Amino acid sequence: MITCEEAQTICSKNQYKETSWQERFSLRFHLLMCKACAKFSKKNTQLTGLCEEASLHALTDTEKTEIKKTLSRDS
Amino acid sequence: MDQEEKIRPVHQLNPNTWVDLYADYLYNYAISRVNNEELAKDLVQETFFAGLNSAKNFKGSASERTWLVAILKRKVIDHYRKINSKKGKAEVRMNYKLDEEEGSWLEEQIADPLSQTENDQIENEELGLAIHECISKLPTKQAKVFAMKTIHGMSTEDICNELSINPSNLWVLVFRARSSLMGCLNENWFAV
Repeated sequence: MITCEEAQTICSKNQYKETSWQERFSLRFHLLMCKACAKFSKKNTQLTGLCEEASLHALTDTEKTEIKKTLSRDS
Repeated sequence: MDQEEKIRPVHQLNPNTWVDLYADYLYNYAISRVNNEELAKDLVQETFFAGLNSAKNFKGSASERTWLVAILKRKVIDHYRKINSKKGKAEVRMNYKLDEEEGSWLEEQIADPLSQTENDQIENEELGLAIHECISKLPTKQAKVFAMKTIHGMSTEDICNELSINPSNLWVLVFRARSSLMGCLNENWFAV
């Protein structure tokens, strides 16, 4: 049986569809046993949905560094 | 920095942290208004510039972010003014194609403020800003990994190489970021 922290990490990994079947199996089993993690898992999946809905944009690190450079140069 | 410290208001400006804390928030705000990534990026940069130049006018009654958003708003308005004056005032552009859409174009041009799609857009924008506000509260590394994975959709391998961490480090960071986000995002966003 995996620990809660392991389960929650696998659950987060699963949000990006990067789990092995063994991981998914142990996660499922854990969720049947553990209410707290089942709740966490539900909310985590909702968070994935929210992030998709929001169609988030972010600048890349390189772009941010560029802005920082320009700001310190020109100001 | 010296001049800001003399003011001692409720809120203070700390321009060194602007890009890390607010760039993505402002970028999302700009994109939803100008619908163009390159332009949005420029507007964010201009906002920071204007902020630096008028830092002495900051009274500290609003938060730093609110103040920067107010500047960005002006930048967006200025942008539309500029393109409108270029176009000429009398010109009205309609994307009217001569195909099966003929006849329905007039309806499409009239925006219905209560239309469902428009409401959804507003809600999605609010949600996006709420998420970015929460991301900005995360420890830097968590925020970085979360954005790379979730927003830029980068592969685990690429992120690990770029940040020189191993996959299990990465997933722990993602897990921590996601837990904090779940705690930070208003419960209203989660369906019960």
